[in-house]
Amino acid sequence: MTTTKNRRDTVASSRKRWNESGLALLFLGPTMAVFALFSYYPLYRLVYFSLYRPNRNSFIEGADEWIGFSNIWDNLASETFTAALWVSAKFTLMTVPLGLTAGICLAVAADRHLRGIKIFQTIFSSTVATSVAVASVVFTTLLQPENGLWRDVDWLSLNKSASAIRAISVVAVWQNAGLTFVIVLAALQAVPQEIKEAARLDGYGTVRNFFSVTVPMISPALMFLAVVLVVNALQAYAQFEILQPVKTAQPLLYKIADPDGASTISTRAVFSLGLFGVTILVSLLQFNLLEKRVHYGN
Amino acid sequence: MGTDRHSEQPRGIKAVGWYSVLITLSAIILFPIYTTIVRSISSAIPYINSLKDGSGLVPVAVDYGVFGRVLQNDRFVNAMLLSAAISLIIVTGQVLTSTLAAYAFVFLEFPFKKLAFAVLVGTLLLPIEVTIMANIETIRDIAWLNSIQGLTVPFLASAFGIFLIRQAFLGIPSELRDAADLEGYSHLRFLFRVAVPISKPIIGSFVLISFLGAWNQYLWPRFAADKESLQTIQVALRNLGKSEITDLNFGYAAALLSAVPLLIILIAFQRQLVRGLTAGAVKG
Repeated sequence: MTTTKNRRDTVASSRKRWNESGLALLFLGPTMAVFALFSYYPLYRLVYFSLYRPNRNSFIEGADEWIGFSNIWDNLASETFTAALWVSAKFTLMTVPLGLTAGICLAVAADRHLRGIKIFQTIFSSTVATSVAVASVVFTTLLQPENGLWRDVDWLSLNKSASAIRAISVVAVWQNAGLTFVIVLAALQAVPQEIKEAARLDGYGTVRNFFSVTVPMISPALMFLAVVLVVNALQAYAQFEILQPVKTAQPLLYKIADPDGASTISTRAVFSLGLFGVTILVSLLQFNLLEKRVHYGN
Repeated sequence: MGTDRHSEQPRGIKAVGWYSVLITLSAIILFPIYTTIVRSISSAIPYINSLKDGSGLVPVAVDYGVFGRVLQNDRFVNAMLLSAAISLIIVTGQVLTSTLAAYAFVFLEFPFKKLAFAVLVGTLLLPIEVTIMANIETIRDIAWLNSIQGLTVPFLASAFGIFLIRQAFLGIPSELRDAADLEGYSHLRFLFRVAVPISKPIIGSFVLISFLGAWNQYLWPRFAADKESLQTIQVALRNLGKSEITDLNFGYAAALLSAVPLLIILIAFQRQLVRGLTAGAVKG
């Protein structure tokens, strides 16, 4: 086998390499074009808009105006940005731990051999198929201030910023629980039967068994979920727009997408870079904190 | 619990206990769906009036006709068709570009391969939420606001899809590649006759995930189009049935009906969907 391979490699090597490069260009071209135009070019533009105020007046010829690095610092330190960051942070803290815990409970409950268990598994995973928009509309039946069923529950009122974040969190917890359920259930089912068995024979109780055997085995899945759910929460938008009649709670994405036209392009560009930075920072932090506790096995 | 490893199926009192736990949890998960069904089949004004002295948990002045009215509503039908068309374009595009790119990374030798891969990984840090503001400016510049291109082209490549399909291609035994070489297969022939058919299950999972993402997305279509005729169903849901108070149940019925295609997919392709969702999260 080796000799065939070597001969083939030496004889046709350079011609083949040349041909393959052309083919690779053809195969990768579409992907790279899309990423260049809609992932990297916008990153460049965000930096540019942060430093220059674009001249949008088509009647007056003129270059974009340099506004300098102070535009970045001023906007990141502004009340608008810090308030939005605070809303997103609270939303993240309310939705991720609760959603994770709820989803893990669902998975543990549904990870057993019972007649009809498939039906329960389908019900628990159903929130994965509902879009954020549908989930938000669904929860207006409960949360709407005038005629939702929970209209008198003061701490879930959509009319005040603090309670509005809690109310919107309910929707996200519901959805996060479904995604967590799907992934944790798959992870639980991948734990080898022998390991569960051995732990049981060692006389571990159910609870201790779960924390000292099962959790380490599914830790890669939990790590993945922690990162994905945090990033999703930091970038939430639809729930805030659809559920709130008056937008009292405005997360980062609300300031970036800016449906009310409240900020300039240069301000929103800085906010976008802020979100970019926060997302990277939080993900790195999670990797560092959690990586040591993750058991990847071999 | 028995010591025999096959006696895991709980029996008697234990089974009853687990069933009550599972039924309670199902009731909690389904509760908001139930209230949405109640709201959609209850006529709007009688329902709101009933809230004063009722629980709101039972349908009032039941009117199943609402579903028919939703299905005959131009705006709903148009939005559903638009979502279907956009999802179809995005899924087809992503599967094509991802398959070709994955093939290049696995089976082709070319300069700057590592760099190209790094470019790919980098896009994971640049989701549409981060880039939306600049991307909206870009499509405004090229007059793609309110257009099918504007709604689809930014999503015609997927790093996730490339990673997933690349993983499948890496699993193809090298003997197969060598055999194909000896047979004189060209790359294109190997791709479509061997690599793609072998990877069908993974590609199938990716089709589902890709469709789920395309159908459910909200942020981009919300801002890339403001014309009513170019609103996807997710965006249209926000305003459907908001114009008339007597139509309040209309919006709920529309939300439920818009989720039906996904529910069917979830039930029909549960295994494949789970495989796609868990890719990367669960080893093995």
